[in-house]
Amino acid sequence: MTTNIRYKSRIPVKTEDSAEEKQYVGFATLPNQVHRKSVKKGFDFTLMVAGESGMGKSTLVNSLFLTDLYKDRKLLNAEERINQTVEIIKHTVDIEEKGVKLKLTIVDTPGFGDAVNNNECWKPITDYIDQQFEQYFRDESGLNRKNIQDNRVHCCLYFIPPFGHGLRPVDVEFMKALHEKVNIIPLIAKADCLTPNEIKKLKDRIREEIDKFGIKVYQFPECDSDEDEEFKQLDKELKECTPFAVIGSNTVVEARGQRVRGRLYPWGIVEVENQSHCDFVKLRNMLIRSHMHDLKDVTCDVHYENYRAQCIQEMTSKLAQDNRMESPIPILPLSTPDAETEKLIKMKDEELKRMQEMLNKMQQQMHDKD
Amino acid sequence: MFSFSALSALCNESLNKLNCLAASYKVYIFSNEEKRNLSLGGHVGFDSLPDQLVSKSVTQGFCFNILCVGETGIGKSTLMNTLFNTMFENEEASHYQNGVYLRPRTYDLQESNVHLKLTIVDTVGFGDQINKEDSYKPIVDYIDTQFENYLQEELKIKRSLFNYHDTRIHICLYFIAPTGHSLKSLDLVTMKKLDSKVNIIPIIAKADTISKSELHKFKIKIMSELVSNGVQIYQFPTDDEAVSEINASMNAHLPFAVVGSVEEVKVGNKTVRARQYPWGVVQVENESHCDFVKLREMLIRVNMEDLREQTHARHYELYRRCKLEEMGFKDTDPDSQPFSLQETYEAKRKEFLGDLQRKEEEMRQMFVNKVKETESELKEKERELHDKFEQLKRMHQEEKRKVEEKRRDLEEEMNAFNRKKVAAETLSLSQPLKKDKDKKK
Repeated sequence: MTTNIRYKSRIPVKTEDSAEEKQYVGFATLPNQVHRKSVKKGFDFTLMVAGESGMGKSTLVNSLFLTDLYKDRKLLNAEERINQTVEIIKHTVDIEEKGVKLKLTIVDTPGFGDAVNNNECWKPITDYIDQQFEQYFRDESGLNRKNIQDNRVHCCLYFIPPFGHGLRPVDVEFMKALHEKVNIIPLIAKADCLTPNEIKKLKDRIREEIDKFGIKVYQFPECDSDEDEEFKQLDKELKECTPFAVIGSNTVVEARGQRVRGRLYPWGIVEVENQSHCDFVKLRNMLIRSHMHDLKDVTCDVHYENYRAQCIQEMTSKLAQDNRMESPIPILPLSTPDAETEKLIKMKDEELKRMQEMLNKMQQQMHDKD
Repeated sequence: MFSFSALSALCNESLNKLNCLAASYKVYIFSNEEKRNLSLGGHVGFDSLPDQLVSKSVTQGFCFNILCVGETGIGKSTLMNTLFNTMFENEEASHYQNGVYLRPRTYDLQESNVHLKLTIVDTVGFGDQINKEDSYKPIVDYIDTQFENYLQEELKIKRSLFNYHDTRIHICLYFIAPTGHSLKSLDLVTMKKLDSKVNIIPIIAKADTISKSELHKFKIKIMSELVSNGVQIYQFPTDDEAVSEINASMNAHLPFAVVGSVEEVKVGNKTVRARQYPWGVVQVENESHCDFVKLREMLIRVNMEDLREQTHARHYELYRRCKLEEMGFKDTDPDSQPFSLQETYEAKRKEFLGDLQRKEEEMRQMFVNKVKETESELKEKERELHDKFEQLKRMHQEEKRKVEEKRRDLEEEMNAFNRKKVAAETLSLSQPLKKDKDKKK
């Protein structure tokens, strides 16, 4: 199922009946116009991958976008990683398919979870996401808004190791630190070390623990009631399959007479795109073919708005305390200031008035003396 | 079936050693003129000595202790079950332990007529914490404690070493996660702390997630990292010709990439232990699938006795030497005469008592000093107060004097004023007289 089918134009068939012809206005072509304009403008998408070393993140990204983004990568030795800090590395590529251009940015987080002491190892990542929000906030509030570059992170793929019995403390802490800033999609990495039973057990376990710890991962939107049954069924299956158990591969092997991406073992060949082997296809469909735009929307409408509201509240309370008009950002009046801030503002106002009076008095006195 | 009766193979080892001993004895005879090499006129029968040794050790039973170090869920319990072909009771561990703790479990196994007391020590919670800097400590402490217990038993006056349940760890299986890149930083740090205390065999767990080419690279990377960081892992011994060839070839296959499973799958017309995937079946005992058979061969069938020996002769001796040196023992005194233990004990005891007395003296001295200090402080304070009092008194006197002066001044003034007044009055009295006089004129 591709997006094309969903956005098929819904122009009703023109009948010979002239009465009906009069009723046809023509704005049913809007979807087509949107389609044309968006193709012209091009799309952008920022994807973050996070997880320990050796989970197959780079391989999966290469498999998803069918390119090789990590040509000359230097991997650190174990001794170098004992005290490693987390870095943020961005790779940007421009890819095109059937006339549709996509500017894809992959944000990599090497070093996450690799050191012996991983206290707050997610801090550089949250700082990065906040930075992107801040930059967009400034751009959006600026005077010239023609060419805003949207570097906000739209989606974070978090790789959970399949070797354990569920989520580990570092997984829980990371997701809790990020779930209100970015759409998190947890994945079970290297799923070719789990039999189907084990995968099911692990998925149930992880879903349970996500609920237990109150982690808000990305939820697929409910499908509209007027969608066809097939789509609804697929959507339901998709939702029951999370977290996706994925396998990636950089190599093409020969299986069943075809050349496919896969991994060659002495006991068999794992095909990345075989639905009975892993959930890679589901992930790709969800991430790229159906929900890419929804991820962007949720980032803009929910995460970014939260950040913005928080930012503004902080700024106004600071302003009331400092009485300084330094910020270049035009301050819009808060529609619903909370009671505490109001009280503070009132107090500070009164103080200001008193000081003003005293000042006046003193000036008066000085004049009198003169 | 895990050929446990190959434990008699280790008895054969002892047999070999005895033969070697016999051979060296012959050489000794040649070099010493007093002893002669005699040839036997008939069959005496002492060639049954190795057999006697073997039967004695079989009746005694054997003891073997394995330590499994690896993150939660990496497959330690499953591998133990697979190696010994039984189901040791095990609950799944949780990821949320606050720290690492060791869980030893002892089992009695029997194969043919050979008894084995097997202890498996599990590291629970290893690798789960966010801060893993202290993760190695409980493991090192446990190993040291077992050595300490044995040392205590050895140093006892009334001891029963032959009856003693030896809990010293003979082998540490270190489970490496199959990331395919290299060792984790925690692995490196932990193995460095353990390599001088225990025989380490590193193994790659859950190896069915690595393809053959990746595995080759991974093994090379791991070994090079271990070598470059000076980590000493256990090398299978190559000095015994009977097993040197196979041991040498196995040394080249380290670390073993293993897959464990207790489930049975039908392959062809046989039922084997394997893992069933949608894309194939990984057979545990198939040498082209994983190195499980190699591990079993090396660990149990060939080198178990050597592991015990190494633990006793190398790691335990190192521990014992360090411990005793700490306590102040030496092998020879300054005159190169061997110390008798009794003398050393006496000397130690005297030293200890002397220490104790000295410490007591010190404390008493300190106490006395403190008292003196406090006393002098108090005296100082007293003096100060006294001074202040004097000062105040003087000030008071001064004030009083001043006041007195002023009073006198005032009195004088008053007197002076009174006199003036009187003078003025008399003057004024006389004045009107004058005026009267003038008037009268």
